[in-house]
Amino acid sequence: MRDWKSGPSHAAAWGFLAALAALTAASFWSLDLQWAKFLSADAARRMGRFLLELLAPTAEPAFLRKLAVAGAETLAMSALGTLLAVLAGLALAVPAARTHAGERALWRWPTRLALNGLRSIPELVWAALLIVAAGLGPFAGTLALALHTSGVLGRLFAEAIENAPPGPAFALRAQGAGSAKLFFYATLPQILPQLLSYALYRWENNIRAAAVLGVVGGGGLGQLLSFHMGLFHMRETSSILIAMLFLVALVDLASYLARRVLQR
Amino acid sequence: MSATAPPALRDPAWTGRVFWMLAALALLAPALVATEFKPWLLVEPDALKATGRFAGDFLPPKLEPGFLWLVARECWRTVAIATAGMALALVLAIPMALAATSALSVSALPGRMHALPFAVRQLVRALLIVLRSVPELVWALVFVRVVGLGPTAGVLAIALTYSGMLGKVYCEILESDDRAAAHTLLRNGAGRLQAFCYGMLPQSAAELTSYTVYRWECAIRSSAVLGFVGAGGLGQQMDNSMKMFQGSEVATMLLVFMLLVGLADGASAWLRRRIG
Repeated sequence: MRDWKSGPSHAAAWGFLAALAALTAASFWSLDLQWAKFLSADAARRMGRFLLELLAPTAEPAFLRKLAVAGAETLAMSALGTLLAVLAGLALAVPAARTHAGERALWRWPTRLALNGLRSIPELVWAALLIVAAGLGPFAGTLALALHTSGVLGRLFAEAIENAPPGPAFALRAQGAGSAKLFFYATLPQILPQLLSYALYRWENNIRAAAVLGVVGGGGLGQLLSFHMGLFHMRETSSILIAMLFLVALVDLASYLARRVLQR
Repeated sequence: MSATAPPALRDPAWTGRVFWMLAALALLAPALVATEFKPWLLVEPDALKATGRFAGDFLPPKLEPGFLWLVARECWRTVAIATAGMALALVLAIPMALAATSALSVSALPGRMHALPFAVRQLVRALLIVLRSVPELVWALVFVRVVGLGPTAGVLAIALTYSGMLGKVYCEILESDDRAAAHTLLRNGAGRLQAFCYGMLPQSAAELTSYTVYRWECAIRSSAVLGFVGAGGLGQQMDNSMKMFQGSEVATMLLVFMLLVGLADGASAWLRRRIG
């Protein structure tokens, strides 16, 4: 909370609210939203049937095996995508960080621009683009996760490097150590806990993203989902959704446990 | 002065590092198999040719006035889907947050909450969890089946997922604040809504607004993505161009999308700084 005198003035607040109301009204007005169709008896019936069918997941052994394979694929995509992103993010974070005031850091702005570019394109769009080069399947999905996440992690890592206490690096520099040794023996050990925590957080995000990447052809559970949903196989769809929620919960738990271990 | 030999430059933790490296590689192998990780396929002549053709078409981006006008319209639709979705999400999230927060419990004033209100609160919380744990893309797929292609599916998908997220975080913000004012009002016979408006809103308004603005920014990003399953906006147009291998159109839309995300990012950061 801030003091009312330094806060936005009354007029500015009302202006902001008016602009917000105008934006919202314009949004509803300009989109041809089909509420009539959505609220019609027919749509309600279809929605009801849809939800009822979702309540009866299938547990056929043959389908469950397929589901397990797709789930493992999604899990592997998220883990490998995050790992590649950690490596690429770290490699990009070094030129993107200015470690001491005297450094000229010529590559700082170009690298940051590249990181912003990687970050601002969502995983799903990367996947749709990469399918041209890597073909349909989990490989495209993994690369898509890696590209977007390396943009996110690179920026976070660069900030962590810049904020690391400079003492140990100075001590090593005074002994004549080169910049590679400086990074691996002074900077990296200090920021490692922070890096791991960021990586775990992104892994939690990536398992959610990996689950749906398949919808555009990126492999894993999403591909199975869009296939069965497209054919209105509702019982299979239901099982896939349950598997997705289970996988997300599993990764959240694993990440929570890893954090607990790291904090001790 | 005798020159002493420099100490041996040796990493004392070397064996441990090598061991964990190898262990990680062993764990990694199945993941590499499962994801069909074959980077060399990227540089095979066929793949290279397809990539080259597609990427080569990126430059120059298509800048015809007619096409730019179309992109601008789709851009607005993306923002409009996000804004309309957020408005509906707020309509759903605010009542749920007020119902779920224990800070506004009358029965908890003297000590423990009664069984019935406790059960209702847990029920609302469970509903919030369900709403936010199904990804918006899956909601969009469901609604595209029910209402057909178009922005309605996108608006509803954002409304449902974001109501779950907003409801949960609003609830947490309200519970982390100081409850003395609200509890005094409740004890003196104020209604729950009065206690909220006069006892809680003044201290948490900035935080609530700031989180809402941040989520609006996220909604713009996700509304662009929802287009890929047919929910309208920039994503749908991008999907069409990609399917036709129109690299120059894709390039323009990617640039416009990055600009849009950058603008939303900047606007949201500025607003949050102003709100403080």
